Amino acid sequence: MIRTEDLHKSFDGVEVLKGITTEFYQGKTNLIIGRSGAGKTVLLKLLVGLFRPTSGRVWYDDVDLYSLNKKQLRNIRMQVGMLFQGSALFDSMTVEENVRFPLDMFTNKTRKEKLDRVNYCLERVNLEGVNSKFPSETSGGMQKRVGIARSIVLGPKYLFCDEPNSGLDPKTSIVIDELIKSITEEQNITTVINTHDMNSVMEIGENIVLLSNGQIAWRGNKSEVLTSDSDTLRDFIFASPFLQKLRSTALEKE
Amino acid sequence: MIVINFLKELGRYFIMLGTAFSRPEKFSMYYRETMRQMNDIGVGSLIIVCVIAVFIGAVTAVQFAYQLEGNLIPMYYIGYIVRDSTIIELAPTITCLVLAGKVGSNIAAEIGGMRQKEHIDAMEIMGVNTAAYLIMPKVIAALVVIPMLVALAAFVSVIGGYLAAVPGGLMSHSDYVLGVRSFFVERNITIMFIKAAVFAFILTSVSSYQGYYVQGGSIELGKASTNAVVFSDILILLADYLIAVLLT
Repeated sequence: MIRTEDLHKSFDGVEVLKGITTEFYQGKTNLIIGRSGAGKTVLLKLLVGLFRPTSGRVWYDDVDLYSLNKKQLRNIRMQVGMLFQGSALFDSMTVEENVRFPLDMFTNKTRKEKLDRVNYCLERVNLEGVNSKFPSETSGGMQKRVGIARSIVLGPKYLFCDEPNSGLDPKTSIVIDELIKSITEEQNITTVINTHDMNSVMEIGENIVLLSNGQIAWRGNKSEVLTSDSDTLRDFIFASPFLQKLRSTALEKE
Repeated sequence: MIVINFLKELGRYFIMLGTAFSRPEKFSMYYRETMRQMNDIGVGSLIIVCVIAVFIGAVTAVQFAYQLEGNLIPMYYIGYIVRDSTIIELAPTITCLVLAGKVGSNIAAEIGGMRQKEHIDAMEIMGVNTAAYLIMPKVIAALVVIPMLVALAAFVSVIGGYLAAVPGGLMSHSDYVLGVRSFFVERNITIMFIKAAVFAFILTSVSSYQGYYVQGGSIELGKASTNAVVFSDILILLADYLIAVLLT
């Protein structure tokens, strides 16, 4: 489980996060949602320690992330996997080398053991026979899947995904969502997803945190979204007339 | 304000160097990366270094022949002057100024591009010491191969001087060879290697710094690449002066 405690973050005097206290549960897909500029990416970067907060704390189970020294932080980070918005695959390496990179850097496994693990992870994300391709030779959806394979290759306890569906078509987005959800359940890891994709909210939102103006505006799960009376949530989720109509129909049926 | 900003940058540069020269997570990965960098910096720069060195030697020979014309100084001095001026000054300085342009801008663009595409963040989250993994192999590779390139440049410059002086009719083969073999001081070779190593460190570390802390988009990346070359060149010339004062 990951817990934040009164997290504040300012840039040049402008307060982007204003006291975030929340929890992200193990074995569940935890979603951070909100409009562009709401502070989602800042919160995610604070959670993984890429930014330091102005004040407040982040707890990984019972470990205070910001009280760790460099070595302890590195040890924690070896339990963390992250999928970036742009996948962040190393251009000069093949798919196999990308996925193998954490194994090469941090383990003493034999070449065969590493290859087996890489192939297992690639199979897990439904990618086979692409080991020797370079990222530029693969599609956006494939790059995301390679990114997922790389982030789970060391068997992380915590998985972070920054806009996993950005730039993908709806069908591929669903595949990626389902993949993240199944990996989360199968490996019982704490997954935090930063998204503004409505499909993801309704499909895999087991614990949803809505950010608005740097604060938590609403918290709940996907089944509570339709019936919530939060104006901020309604404005965000049902932004288009089509979705508003869909919601009215659902409420009428109830 | 300018002084404070300068001190901030200087402090950040030294902090980066401190982080970069820390214990590697895995020696074999760093070794592999260092070999790759040696190939990129060394083998990748061979042709340009040789071409420039030929012309450095040729121009030095032709211009000294012009200066010595009608004087009582024997013409074989041209060989001696070409040899010593290239060894002490021209080979290390011109080669490293050119490498600051070629290798330095490449390093700044490569590391800066990785920063912008979140590759560095991805490595950080994996637990990699990115300053060490991305910078140390480049600096070590440069410290090994750039002195070799400079030595090669000095040798090729002497040949360039020969090509301009002897077939060009400025002097005879035996005069040039006599000049090249006269008044040789071994210490000059040491100075050449000291200069090469210092310049190699400057051009790789300054360029890495410019790339590592780049923020923004492609315009900032372009600026970082330009700054890498400009600052490396200025610092190389400054170091050249200091070494000249201290060692000659």
